[in-house]
Amino acid sequence: MTLLDGSGVSRPAVLLLEDGRAFDGHAFGADGETFGEMVFNTGMTGYQETLTDPSYCRQIVAMTAPHIGNTGINDEDAESRRIWVSGYVIRELSPIASNWRSKRSLDAELASQGVTGIAISGTRALTRHLRERGAMRAVISTRAADRRELLDKVLASPQMAGADLAREVTTPEPYTVRPPEGTRTRFRVAAVDLGIKAATPRRMAERGCEVRVLPADVTGDQILATEPDGVFFSNGPGDPAAAGYAVEAMRAVLAAGRPVFGICLGSQILGRALGLDTYKLRFGHRGVNQPVQDLTTGRVHITSHNHGFAVRPPDDPGAKGPFGTPYGAAIVSHRNLNDGVVEGLRLLDTPAFAIQYHPEAAPGPHDAEASFDEFCAMMEAPR
Amino acid sequence: MTRREDLRSVLVIGSGPIVIGQACEFDYSGTQACRVLKAEGIRVSLVNSNPATIMTDPEFADATYVEPITLDVLQKVIAKERPDAVLPTLGGQTALNAAVELHESGTLAEYGVELIGADIEAIKAGEDRERFKEIVIGLGAEVPASTICRTLDEALAIADSLGYPVVVRPSYTLGGSGSGIAYTADDLRLIAGAGLDASPVTEVLLEESILGWKEFELELMRDRHDNVVVVCSIENIDPMGVHTGDSVTVAPAMTLTDREYQHMRDTAIAVVRAVGVDTGGCNIQFAVHPGTGRMVVIEMNPRVSRSSALASKATGFPIAKIAAKLAVGYTLDEIRNDITGETPASFEPALDYVVVKVPRFAFEKFPGADPVLTTHMKSVGEAMAIGRSFPEALQKALRSTERRGAELSWADPPGDRADLIERCRIPHDGRLSTVHQALRAGATVAELSAASGIDAWFIDQVKFIEELNERLTPDKVLDAPVLRMVKSAGFSDAQIAGLRGVTAARVRDLRHALGVRPVFHTVDTCAAEFAARTPYLYSTYDDETEVPPGDRPKVIILGSGPNRIGQGIEFDYACVHASFALAEAGYETVMVNCNPETVSTDYDTSGRLYFEPLTLEDVLEVVHAERASGPLAGVIVQLGGQTPLGLARELTEAGVPIVGTSAQAIHLAEDRGAFGRVLAEAGLAAPRSGTASSYPQAKAVADEVGYPVLVRPSYVLGGRGMEIVYDDGALEAYVHRATQISPEHPVLIDRFLDDAIEIDVDALYDGAELFLGGVMEHIEEAGIHSGDSACALPPITLGPGDVARVREATELIAAGVGVRGLLNVQYALAAGVLYVLEANPRASRTVPFVSKATATPLAKAAARIMLGATIADLRAEGLLPARGDGGTLPLDAPIAVKEAVLPFGRFRDTKGEGVDTVLGPEMRSTGEVMGIDEEFGTAYAKSQAAAYGALPVKGRAFVSVANSDKRSMIFPVKRLADLGFEIWATAGTAEVLRRNGVRAKIVRKQGDGPGPDGEPTIVTRILDGQVDLIVNTPFGAPGQTGPRVDGYEIRTAAVRRGIPCVTTTAGLAAAVHGIEAIQRGEVGVRSLQEHAARLRAQP
Ligand SMILES: Nc1ncnc2c1ncn2[C@@H]1O[C@H](COP(=O)(O)OP(=O)(O)O)[C@@H](O)[C@H]1O
Ligand SMILES: Nc1ncnc2c1ncn2[C@@H]1O[C@H](COP(=O)(O)OP(=O)(O)O)[C@@H](O)[C@H]1O
Ligand SMILES: [Mg+2]
Ligand SMILES: [Mg+2]
Repeated sequence: MTLLDGSGVSRPAVLLLEDGRAFDGHAFGADGETFGEMVFNTGMTGYQETLTDPSYCRQIVAMTAPHIGNTGINDEDAESRRIWVSGYVIRELSPIASNWRSKRSLDAELASQGVTGIAISGTRALTRHLRERGAMRAVISTRAADRRELLDKVLASPQMAGADLAREVTTPEPYTVRPPEGTRTRFRVAAVDLGIKAATPRRMAERGCEVRVLPADVTGDQILATEPDGVFFSNGPGDPAAAGYAVEAMRAVLAAGRPVFGICLGSQILGRALGLDTYKLRFGHRGVNQPVQDLTTGRVHITSHNHGFAVRPPDDPGAKGPFGTPYGAAIVSHRNLNDGVVEGLRLLDTPAFAIQYHPEAAPGPHDAEASFDEFCAMMEAPR
Repeated sequence: MTRREDLRSVLVIGSGPIVIGQACEFDYSGTQACRVLKAEGIRVSLVNSNPATIMTDPEFADATYVEPITLDVLQKVIAKERPDAVLPTLGGQTALNAAVELHESGTLAEYGVELIGADIEAIKAGEDRERFKEIVIGLGAEVPASTICRTLDEALAIADSLGYPVVVRPSYTLGGSGSGIAYTADDLRLIAGAGLDASPVTEVLLEESILGWKEFELELMRDRHDNVVVVCSIENIDPMGVHTGDSVTVAPAMTLTDREYQHMRDTAIAVVRAVGVDTGGCNIQFAVHPGTGRMVVIEMNPRVSRSSALASKATGFPIAKIAAKLAVGYTLDEIRNDITGETPASFEPALDYVVVKVPRFAFEKFPGADPVLTTHMKSVGEAMAIGRSFPEALQKALRSTERRGAELSWADPPGDRADLIERCRIPHDGRLSTVHQALRAGATVAELSAASGIDAWFIDQVKFIEELNERLTPDKVLDAPVLRMVKSAGFSDAQIAGLRGVTAARVRDLRHALGVRPVFHTVDTCAAEFAARTPYLYSTYDDETEVPPGDRPKVIILGSGPNRIGQGIEFDYACVHASFALAEAGYETVMVNCNPETVSTDYDTSGRLYFEPLTLEDVLEVVHAERASGPLAGVIVQLGGQTPLGLARELTEAGVPIVGTSAQAIHLAEDRGAFGRVLAEAGLAAPRSGTASSYPQAKAVADEVGYPVLVRPSYVLGGRGMEIVYDDGALEAYVHRATQISPEHPVLIDRFLDDAIEIDVDALYDGAELFLGGVMEHIEEAGIHSGDSACALPPITLGPGDVARVREATELIAAGVGVRGLLNVQYALAAGVLYVLEANPRASRTVPFVSKATATPLAKAAARIMLGATIADLRAEGLLPARGDGGTLPLDAPIAVKEAVLPFGRFRDTKGEGVDTVLGPEMRSTGEVMGIDEEFGTAYAKSQAAAYGALPVKGRAFVSVANSDKRSMIFPVKRLADLGFEIWATAGTAEVLRRNGVRAKIVRKQGDGPGPDGEPTIVTRILDGQVDLIVNTPFGAPGQTGPRVDGYEIRTAAVRRGIPCVTTTAGLAAAVHGIEAIQRGEVGVRSLQEHAARLRAQP
């Protein structure tokens, strides 16, 4: 890890964790002092998508892949209007951007958006630390500050548990994404933006959905007032337990019997709406290589993940059978084969399902794209 | 679990001898397969002619047939074993082709044998380039435009329509054999002509050239539930136009955005499904246009490949092992990831490091061979390195190749900028070093990327390395931060030393004094997301070390590095055996190696695996780390060939305990002067010799020892630059050519023993007792390198008296040198005198051959001896036979013949002509096969069938021999005629034959040109397929040196047509034996286990 600017001078910076572990390194992007929950992501591609994923709001993200920035930043791959990570930790920043679509460098992009990055040699040591001790608060600082004082500030910064962040990242105004030229509009979808990524409405639009993207705190009545064929609850940052407004909206939609599809935070919202509990994972799932098994077919998909919370399965964790909910019987439809975490829920008597991972990928494999088809089929089915 | 219960017996097909394009990676995959099947309780039978493999060790299969991989043999094995299924996807193209033959001959149907892991239609769709392209286009993906041609005229017409350059590619060949890039119609005639010969189905594909596009590979796995995972992406640093086997490659891909990568992944998965790869691994290659991102599919291999071995080592995901499990019915989610022990195999590895592979070439062995890299593979081996950054991995990989000058260097001025940029245009071995020099000379990243087609990102990384040199100039302080910075960019102590004008030892001492040492990270498949329980480690200058502590005494085994001619899989075999034997004896074994193709670098082989270069610096750091983690019993240097042996002295000086033969003893055997004294003391003869650093000195030596003499420079090993010289003129010419000769590096001059029988011996010595492993009699006479000569064990013409002398001499040498462990001695028996040619105090190339032929695990025994066991102990334990040894084999012991496999067919000179195939004192074979049977003729015939294709049993034999060989050729040729062959000969040879009562038809020499009535020359006739056997010894008349060219065209034509070509009269005699044996009747098959049972049944 060696990071020099054009003049051969490096800007020192430090990454300090709330348990006192510190990593010295070199700054890139903007100068500053930035706080957030320290998490790691094991994806080897797609840093631009990762940076702009709203689910990373208030998190400092460390990439385990050592070389970042190789392909620069382009005008097509951002997943939202801005970078959301509160800080970025990598090992090697590419001195040049080499890709035919690249418009500017990662360094310049972070600087222009005021995001502080740090390059440290010990990204693996950091990952091992987080794996053992769990995600925790941290700071990246480019200011020569007293470590003790800095640590106090970290300890004073907000926790992720209990944080309501969806309303922070959601669209201020509703907007519509229409099917591309030549694709017939088949369905109207109301998409509750809890931190939605650009690829999601696009994937639906490609399938003939006209997607009305609504702010996070939209009520059930407001959603139903758009007369949707189906309602989508997006991914997003923060603790699902703090997003009661979304749970309420979900319940209203379920009660109305409208087809529901949720992903990521949206899946946790469904879980809570069904009366299940959610909990914080030790260090979460963040990457593009997570094996998820469809428990009904046995098929395994390699999926894109970004979640720090999960739905606690009803009673015993091994249970496969249906369980009761206010909306009829439901099942845990998917599990993560690495650790058994619940990755999908499905109602059997109401047209609703949700998955904890990202069928829109971006970044990551497209194995789960068929979930969008399933949603369309659900909307098509005679009600 | 869903393993199929109906599979009780499975036949595994191996890949045969090591050749360019098919090397030890298939021993690695085959060994894993056999292990998996056995662990599942399935009866395993195996056919592989390569004795140097681990997979052919008797304990890996229930019935191991070291027999030629031919339809005939496979049919016999199937008839005998009656397996339920054949697993052909782990033995490379050889096994896949064999499976197709078994299917097409109806054998599979006849015996009701199923193919598992593959499906005939999928093999065909994957391998038939035209069908494959249709499938890809059907999926909406792109391929380069192309057309299949079946004749040359057709090819010329198509090329005109495609426009030059065009890429020529045959179907069903491996390593791109017969392919090439044609820039002109003349090129096309040359390449397509050869391609039409190389393809078993005689067709070639002419393809639109996409030279210079970026090249990528994906390694995939599919199970029977249609779950697919991409195990690894590999980016070729050399762009399209350089075979992936010859390219410097990096994993994971470095220059793709997620969108591009996922597009590639989606396409790959769609292709796998459409082609219908049954279960298992496969590899798909892509090209991406650097300016537009347009992506095309190049090819797919529906089997485990060299790249999958690389991908397995790069990720820790054992593709072959899992492929074998999938083949017997498991699905990916049912298989555990061994490395984490917790998570399933149905995932895609995440890497938090960078892996670089660098090929190793052997052009110096083939003077005249065109060294420009192209679409067919020319490298003979490869080294892989792992680092936490590309610079670190690249520099480690470069030094792992052990090629002088491979490391980036600042020693000489870079040269002319424009000239260097030009040189970067042409793909060559060491192109990244040329890029580096060009950067030093002031070329820009953009200029070099444009010239070479190498992505600017990689060139920029080299530039980063280049710029760091400024921090190392002698005027700068070398403190800990600077050291850390350059070490994490992969600089070796030697490179730093070079830049500062000090010794590497000084740098090392300083570095240690400053506490700058590497840490070791785990290859864990998951970028640390889960804990790893398998210690597969690599060094890096990073934060935290992950070497696990351990109480058991540890033995570090140093491997042999990249395959090269003279040092290949045989040494890996010995290292792996030592690891197995020592683990069994209670030691924790620690393997150090950097060759991704091997079994030794399988994380399953040893207690711990360090994927590291085998340089002094890197080995010392491993030793340091291991010492810090627990007790160290010692380090083994004598099993990995010359590479670790060469480290013995410095390791000893650094206080590292070498077990077995000591560094001093090694010196006694390796230093000519010292060894001469050992021989003198023992009263053993050596060819008379002397050294010289000028022509007058050389002449004086030659006058004293007498011509012919064998000359060689003293600064190289492995028979490099050796020549046989017959007179003063030639001697003078040699001394003048050998420019690097100096008083420190003189020429060595030996009396050349004409007409001597060469004998190779492998033995064990424990300080008191000698165990003669085997006495091998060479078929070719001394003067043909032992590695290139065929040999027989037990010896076929030596009497008990000769063997007794060999035993006595070997014991004297072992004692005189102070061997503990293995010893290899080469002797020449001339006019009743036994001369010692050389002694190698280490495992040799023949150890696996001898071990298999005599059913005695020599390398295992050697490892135990090194750690203190005596031969008597090992006899008592049963590791060695209770009585007797390889020198006292019973009279009816089977005869094993080793034959060398030479890569001549793969090389052409710059004019597109083949390179000469004559054997000499310099080794050029890449691998070997073994034929084993009850008698010599049959064993020899099997060895030929395995190495080159079956000996003909009828037809035309063409004979043309040097005057000196005429006398010894008469009898065997007469015998050929009696056996029914029609004899053709050149005029001189024909005359001698006629006078001896053999009617021979005279054919025109190449030099004569076609006759008045258009009678073709012999070369034309060979190319036309009119000849079935060629006997041609080099016309190396005394007084003539240098390449002996007279028969050159004949021999290269033989290689081109794949016709057996015998180049020595000794070889001819053996071939005649073989032909007689085949004619006499059925050649049977017998497993090593059956041979061993018979040997052991002896009283
Ligand atoms: N159309 C082409 N234009 C330029 N280079 C090509 C083309 N097709 C193949 N190559 C080069 O030739 C090499 C060998 O071709 P490939 O199809 O992979 O055959 P093989 O079976 O020998 O691996 C590739 O690795 C690539 O670099
Ligand atoms: N004095 C000699 N007379 C005849 N042949 C020799 C003589 N010395 C060496 N050779 C031949 O040259 C080959 C290579 O020589 P050797 O000393 O064994 O070198 P290397 O280290 O390459 O094995 C031998 O296998 C043998 O065939
Ligand atoms: Mg290929
Ligand atoms: Mg030798």
